[in-house]
Order: sequence, then structure tokens, then C-alpha cells
Amino acid sequence: MRRLQFRLERRYLAPGWLRLVTNTISLLLALVSIAFVLWAAKIDPIQAYKKIFIGSFGSFYGLSETTVKAIPLLICGVGLTLAFKAQFWNIGAEGQLLMGAIAATWVALFFPIKLPSWAVRPTMFAAGFLAGALWALIPAFLRAKLQVNEVITSLMLVYVATEIVNYLVYGPWKGAKEWGFPYSDKFPDAAILPTIPGTRIHYPTLILGIVAAVLAYFFLMRTRWGYELRVTGDNPKAALYAGIPYIRVAVLVMLISGGLAGIAGVGEVAGIHARLRYPQGISPGYGFTSIIVAWLAQLNPLVVILTSFLLGGLLVGGDALKVSLGLPVPTIHMFNGAILFFLIGGEIFLRYRIYVTFKPKEMLTLKEELG
Amino acid sequence: MIDFILGVLIAAVPAGTPLLFGTIGEILAERSGIMNLGVEGMMLIGAVMGFSAAFYTGNPWLGFALAAFMGGLLSLIHAFISINLRGNQVVSGLALTMFGTGLSGLLGRRFIGVPLPASAKIGGIKIPLLSDIPVLGPLLFRFDPLAYIAIVLVIIAWFLLYKTSLGINIRSVGEDPATADAMGVNVFAIRYLCTFIGGVLAGIGGAYLSIVYTPSWIEGMTAGAGWIVIALTIFSLWSPLRALLGAYLFGGVKVLQYRLQPFGISPNLLNTLPFILTILVLMAASGEVMRRRIGAPSALGLPYSREEK
Repeated sequence: MRRLQFRLERRYLAPGWLRLVTNTISLLLALVSIAFVLWAAKIDPIQAYKKIFIGSFGSFYGLSETTVKAIPLLICGVGLTLAFKAQFWNIGAEGQLLMGAIAATWVALFFPIKLPSWAVRPTMFAAGFLAGALWALIPAFLRAKLQVNEVITSLMLVYVATEIVNYLVYGPWKGAKEWGFPYSDKFPDAAILPTIPGTRIHYPTLILGIVAAVLAYFFLMRTRWGYELRVTGDNPKAALYAGIPYIRVAVLVMLISGGLAGIAGVGEVAGIHARLRYPQGISPGYGFTSIIVAWLAQLNPLVVILTSFLLGGLLVGGDALKVSLGLPVPTIHMFNGAILFFLIGGEIFLRYRIYVTFKPKEMLTLKEELG
Repeated sequence: MIDFILGVLIAAVPAGTPLLFGTIGEILAERSGIMNLGVEGMMLIGAVMGFSAAFYTGNPWLGFALAAFMGGLLSLIHAFISINLRGNQVVSGLALTMFGTGLSGLLGRRFIGVPLPASAKIGGIKIPLLSDIPVLGPLLFRFDPLAYIAIVLVIIAWFLLYKTSLGINIRSVGEDPATADAMGVNVFAIRYLCTFIGGVLAGIGGAYLSIVYTPSWIEGMTAGAGWIVIALTIFSLWSPLRALLGAYLFGGVKVLQYRLQPFGISPNLLNTLPFILTILVLMAASGEVMRRRIGAPSALGLPYSREEK
């Protein structure tokens, strides 16, 4: 009689190939397990996956829509890699995105002075960054000054932001010409972002996102503040002894991740809708999906460019499932959830070396024998 | 005016009951050190599965049983990832919410717009004699049985946590798992148990929405109730008794949304109240002394293993 034994040994740096392999396997396992769920719900999984893939990557239109959805995921995801790298759990990107959308709408429709038309869009992006950053600074200060858990505060503020958007589009900002829909009035032309002809890709935001990814990478790897951020994340105690002020790191990552989420919000209202809409109309949870984007990228800002495209494709695939198989839109969240489960679960292989041994019965301790 | 206040109080109880179920469960889980942000997902699954069982069997109690089972089952995914795989509980909980939202949409697609048969509904019960007392009767003695069960659960949870050795073990596992382990407490078993109960109660809370509160299945019908549960757990500072008051308070806020609208008060701004109050409570409870007395369990969200201290 032998007994299977697992022993875990902490490892400090998992090799790159292992990260890639683990994440790929996690992704595949997630898709396989969802296939079983679909099959159990009497839906042909192969058919469903085909629809998702063709819908999102199989045509010019699909690819362009995938890019459209990848834009906010990319921008939010880049910010989150920095926050998560510092072990600062900003899960409120969705709220920061919405605050950015509000700020952009304010600049477009209610700005007190008349801006020259070339200055409108930059002002919108600046205001969006500021609004998202300010919204994110609340959890940062509460954490740094009062040790209040940032997970809860950033999450609570998502729902506060959601209701503020609702309040505005049902109340004071409700458009006079919008047939009673919960929309603001349409933005003037100077406040609408240009798109690549024939698509909805608002390229200024896309370019901002790619630039942000590259800058974030260099910031993280090549600057002193980036180094401080990584040290704080790897070992908060060591960071403290080294004299790195926690508040500086917290404020910095929240300023950047909140500000970027705000910019994503500007892109959605100014690039896609040309108006402020009810919250789910602006974002079907981009702020939450971007958590997966950041995680799948192993918190590497450059890899986020790739993973945001992948998750964007999945969102477009969700629309395809609705049109072709009549599945409800939220079904796609099931994929998101499963992917995240397997990613988190798979991390054990990155953080630990796992030894499996067979222990002969004679070696069992007395306690185990009795138990 | 009195009628208005009375009306709000009476409506606040059923509005607060699903929150109360979820919150008792989350309090237990968090007391043992497991933060489960998947409540919204588990409630949605509870709502859809509860509705389907009640719909097909015509028996609401079977609906609640299935909802409890499915909520518990889902919570085990979170338990496995946070306890065995030592994964990040925040992200795993969010994943659970996403998964539950998606799965409930998929499972519920054939129930949209379908009414629950009359036999599967649960209405208010009039407790004989007591319910006829003016004012107090309708205020205290005419609710549905689940509302009373929730109150009984509050007392059980309070008794369990503060008056039994199991409760001491639960709290010690949430405060200092290494010491509890050294004292011979089975940290893993306790955390599994508490997370599981959390899932069961979240499932029941969801089923309350689809069987009792609005007897129907509507996609995403919890509408953030799961997040209010998370807020409420903190708002009540991890105490079942305070959760009772908090649940009816937040339930009352929900009721007031509609009743104050004619007076020009925005329902949306009123909706932010539970979340803002929770942040304020967190701030108030943040001082060193306060945190030690009434703050979050010290090991909340942290994985435990024997080898690493």
C-alpha cells in the first residue's frame, strides 16, 4: 500500500517557456471545459466555437470589430499590469472608464469656454485621464493612509460611477433629440474621433493604447519608479526597508491605471457612440475583462497588445453566438470566467515546483496510521 | 406620513431578505479567511436553478434545495482554487461571478417571460392572532416563511460564531491560521466548510429573488445584489447581528428608490448609498485600535500553507 504525496516548493522566477506553456494549456483547458458545459446544454460545441472564431477572426469585418473591442481592453489592461505588478488590486477599472466617459462628455457638450476645434479632442482625452485617475486615487489614498482594502473600495466605486452615469443620462444630461432614450445629446463633429474608413476603429485611441503599452514596458523595466514598483510588488517588506514610500507607489500605479481606464472611456463615447449612453451601453464590462487581459499577459504590458486582441475576439464571438445560435449575450462571460479560473489555478505551476512521490506505507507516521 | 414609513418598513424586509441570506454566508466565509467575490454569480445560478426546479416540479422548496446545492457546488471551485491551489482569491471570485453570470444566462434562456405556476409560489403567511394586531401585525407577522428563516439563520450564525467551539475555530482560522493549525484545528476543512455554506446561502438568496420576490426569471435579475452583499458584509463589520439591520437598511434604500422618485429624488443617486456608506464604514473602522476590535479578519484573502510562514 503506497500513498501519493505532493510536495510544493516555492520558486521565485518561473522560466518564460513555462509561463507560455502554462498559460496556453490553461486557455485550452478552459475552452475544453466550456465545450462540455455547452454540450450538456444541448449546444454543439464545435459549431459554437466555429461561429466564435469565424465571427471574430474569419472576415475583414470580424477582425475590425475585434480590434474595436480590443481598444478599451488594451488601454485598461496596460494600466492594470502596472497596478497588479505592484500588488495593488485595482479591480475598479470599469468605474474609472465610466468616469472618463463622463469627463469626455462634459468637455464635448458642456465645456464653459469655446475651444478651437483642434483642441477639443486633446482636451477630452486629458479630462478623461484626469477623471479616471482621480476616481482611482480614492482607493490609493485610503489604502496608503488608512490601510483600507483597495479591492473593496475600487469595486464599490464601480457601482457609484455606474449610478452617476445613469443619473446623468436619465436626468440632467438627457438629450433633447434622443427620442426618450437614456442618451446624452450627440457630440459636435469636433468632439468625434476619426475612424478607419469602412470600420468603427477609432485609430487615435488605438495608437494611444499601443504607445501606452510600449511606454509602460519601458517605465516598468528601465526607470527607477518602475523598479520601485516591482520591488514593492515582489516583497513589500523589503521595499519598506529600502525606503520606498508605499504611498508613492500606490498613487503612481493608480494614477496611471485609473487614467488609462479613463482614456478608454473617452474612446468609447467619442469614437463609437458620439454620446454618453447608459453604462452597459458604453461598456459591457471592459474594465473587468481587462483583468483577464492583464493576467493572461503575465502582467507584461507588451503582451497585453496580443491578449487584448484575443479577448476582444471572444467578445465579438459572443455577438456571433447570439446571432447564429440565439444564445443570450452574457453567455460569453462563461468563457471569461472559465479562462480566469484556469489561469489562476495554473499559477501554482509557476509559483511552486511540485514533487509527486509515492510514500510506502511503512513510512506513514503514527498519526496518519491512526487517522 | 406614518403610512409611508410603515409601507417602506414592510417592503424593506422582503427587499433585504435575499441580501441577508447572501451576507450571512459571506460573513462565515470571510470569517474563515476566504473572500469570495463570486456572490453575484452564485446568486444568479441560484435564481435560475431555483426557478427551473420550482417551475418543473411545482414545488418551491425543491427550487430552494436545488439553488442551495448549485450555489454550494460553484463555491467549491473558488474553495479549490483559493485553498488547494493558493490562487488569488480576488481574481478567482471575480471569475466565479463572470462564470455564474454567463452560465445563468445560458441555462435561463428558455425561462425568459415564463410565469411561475401558482403552486410554486410562496406568499406571506399570516401568523394567527399576532398578525391581527394593528400596526405590529403587518409590520412583523405577515412575511413569507423565508424572511423568518433568514432571521433564524442570523441567530444561528451568531450563536455558531460566538458561542461554540466550532465558531472559535472558524474565527481563529481567519485571524491566524498558522496558530490555529498548531492548535490542531483543521484549517482546510474549516475554510472549505465556510466557503461552501457561503455558496449555499448565496444560492438560496438568489432563488428568493426568482421564486418569491419577483416570481420569474429575468437575465441578470440580481442586478448587483451580490455586490451589495459584499458591501453589506463589510458594512456589518463581519457580524451577523449587524447584518440583520444592515440588510433591512439596504433593502429599505432599494424600496425608497421608487417611493421617493415622485419627490424629485434621483433613484440612481440613492442607489449609490450602500456603496458609499460601506466605504465610510471602512474608513471609520480603519484606526489601529478599531481595526483590532472590529476590523476585517487578519488573514482574509491570504492563502495558507504549512511550509510558508
